[in-house]
Amino acid sequence: MITAIARRVASGAIVLWAAATAAYLALLAAPGDIVDAIIGDGADTPQIRSQIIAEWNLDRPAIVQYLDYLLRAAQGDLGRSYLLQRPVRDVIGEQILPTLKLAVAAAVFGVVLALILAVTTRHRWVRRVSSTAELIIVSTPPFLIGIVLLSVFSFRFGLFPVSGDRGWAGLVLPAITLGLPIAGVLAQVLRDGLDRALDEPFAVTARARGLRERAVLVRHALRHALMPAVTLLGWLSGVLIGGVVIIEQVFGRPGLGQVTLQAVGNGDMPVVLAVVVFAAAAFVLINTAADLAYLLIDPRLRRS
Amino acid sequence: MIEVENLRVTFTGRHRVEAVRGVSFTIGEGECVAIVGESGSGKSVTARSLVGLAGPHAHVEAGTFTVDGRDVRGFAARDWRRLRGRFAGLILQDALVSLDPLRTVGAEIGEVLQTHGIGDRRDRPQRIQRLLTDVHVPEPERRVRQYPHQLSGGLRQRALIASAIAGGPRLLIADEPTTALDATVQAQILTLLAERRATGETLLLISHDLAVVSKLADRVLVMKDGRIVESGDTRTILVGAAHPYTKELVEAASGRRRGTTAEPGGVVAEATALRKVYGDRTVVRDFDLTIRRGEIVGLVGESGSGKTTVAQLLFGLTEPTSGRVRFEGADFSGVPERARRPIRRRLQLIAQDPLSAFDPRWTVRRIVGEALPRGGNPEPVLERVGLGADVLDRYPRQLSGGQRQRVAVARAIAPRPSLIICDEPVSALDVSVQAQVLDLLAQIREDDGTALLFISHDLGVIRDLADRVLVMHDGRVVEQGPVKAVFDHAGHEYTRALLDAVPTLEVSR
Repeated sequence: MITAIARRVASGAIVLWAAATAAYLALLAAPGDIVDAIIGDGADTPQIRSQIIAEWNLDRPAIVQYLDYLLRAAQGDLGRSYLLQRPVRDVIGEQILPTLKLAVAAAVFGVVLALILAVTTRHRWVRRVSSTAELIIVSTPPFLIGIVLLSVFSFRFGLFPVSGDRGWAGLVLPAITLGLPIAGVLAQVLRDGLDRALDEPFAVTARARGLRERAVLVRHALRHALMPAVTLLGWLSGVLIGGVVIIEQVFGRPGLGQVTLQAVGNGDMPVVLAVVVFAAAAFVLINTAADLAYLLIDPRLRRS
Repeated sequence: MIEVENLRVTFTGRHRVEAVRGVSFTIGEGECVAIVGESGSGKSVTARSLVGLAGPHAHVEAGTFTVDGRDVRGFAARDWRRLRGRFAGLILQDALVSLDPLRTVGAEIGEVLQTHGIGDRRDRPQRIQRLLTDVHVPEPERRVRQYPHQLSGGLRQRALIASAIAGGPRLLIADEPTTALDATVQAQILTLLAERRATGETLLLISHDLAVVSKLADRVLVMKDGRIVESGDTRTILVGAAHPYTKELVEAASGRRRGTTAEPGGVVAEATALRKVYGDRTVVRDFDLTIRRGEIVGLVGESGSGKTTVAQLLFGLTEPTSGRVRFEGADFSGVPERARRPIRRRLQLIAQDPLSAFDPRWTVRRIVGEALPRGGNPEPVLERVGLGADVLDRYPRQLSGGQRQRVAVARAIAPRPSLIICDEPVSALDVSVQAQVLDLLAQIREDDGTALLFISHDLGVIRDLADRVLVMHDGRVVEQGPVKAVFDHAGHEYTRALLDAVPTLEVSR
């Protein structure tokens, strides 16, 4: 048990390191000069340039800078933003809450909707209609869904704010936009899993005990159907991370998405690196949760 | 108790299948009735119709259909639910999949009590333990918290029976209740069913094997192609079967020796002092074996006895921890795969379940063709195993169990091997089909002089086919010798236990 946890933590650390290094290399290779990025629109003289180089330690070899970055990142110091001239930790700290709110709301909405759809639309035309709708949603780009939702519910009916992060009302449309594709894919996978589980002999045994079909579904088949859905949690984390950037843009919400776009556009390396490391951490966390969920659902996996 | 007249069950799905075509029978209170037939005969569908579980696309109609004195023809889902578990309990084949693998045994049994409101929340745990005690599960207080996969096959099946009798049903329907079990465990489960019957429960047994049900059943209904072809009390059926299919079943259940008069030839394969250790478990120890040309050697033992590991060692799929294997005069263990490859074709395998041993996307033509020299024609080989050219372009799924196993035999004999290792080759087949595959294997030995190592947990099959037998228990050979000697004068108590467990027809003819 302890070795399993240790192995998990170690592999998580390796993923974080690899993500940070890959991003570091990519940014190093990107065109543009760091000094230009730091100067921005400010005065540009040779003195200021050398001052900046001295202040940010940019005269050291790349490898030393890289190691120094790793060392400090390991201590929780993510450096200073070139653009905002503030510690990265503060920049991220301010923006992380709206993003987390959006991601969690979207994930919860997506999973709950998928469960409801898979369990309630089992037969005949309802099933066909639901399944078709899911496929349409999944194959539509999320920003398009966002724009459609905005124009109907915000512009036409004025039910929700058009942009910004004003309380819970401002969260509804972005969360639905991000959650709908998740619900679409999960519902398909769950429905398929339910079909297979209900064909198994234990389902016949359960029916032979006098159980209602709904009870067979919820008490027996659903757990079996959850297994393949849990496998998709890794994919889900990818969708959420990639999705928030776009959705925040469409709905004009503050958050990491906005920060990231700005940082990438202006070569603000410390911020980009921090976002990448943060995304990798979220990925590791969600996948660890998935592995634990497997054990929770299926006792057969608990042996070794 | 049950009266059925002209029962018809039709499946209306993508294909229309008439599974049951006009079946009439009655079951009286306290009786034990068996329905016997091969897979696809409609026996399971008939039994499940009695509790309204024929299947999702099943259309059931009958002239008379009364269960417990009530006409069930107009039954709504609710009415059926009240019958299920309370009036009739259902026991299916393999408890590993017939009990929900994700729930504890206690939860599965408790579900019946809860559904029918038997007892209250507080006394249910005791009731569950008492039920487990009733079916002779030791340490019930520990077992209730365990999952099906943590129990042995026998305990699992007992737990399944406990869940079936939890609602105190008067009728127990057991659909192939022992087919997935080793012979000794099968005998124990049959004893348990006999016990249930002694307590007054009515039994309906479904099986493909007449021998299994003959000890228990008062009456036998023989089904074929959705119809009852013969019925009567068990003795009459066994002694004076009139229908050819019934005769075939009786013969398959009685066993028939398929010996040879030819003397064995030179040594084909030789294993010396084989030992295999996994971690701190020794799964095979002190295993010696010599197989000669034209010999059929039986290797018998229960699951976990090490017989499959022996097969893997002989086949060169895993290296022995110590000891060695020689095949056709060359070293076969302890050498690189490169050295084995040229003689691999001379050593073939027939697995228990050809469905998983075949590539599902390959046609029979390709499956058999692969084993032949390039451009070889598969038709003559298929003809030898009794299959026509019509199966050439079919996929494994489109064949019956017996046809599939014939294809497996065809693939094995195509490269003219000197030894075929058969790992439980007939265990998944109905007895009538079993007999045909055994005939086929005996014929191939006779014609080609191919040696066979026949691995099985079923002593009855070994008795019918093998010349010599090795009995394995806990990784070692506890007894060996010519089949007749071992069967007539078993020295080891384990062999005797195995022998006692073989279901046989005890009828003087």
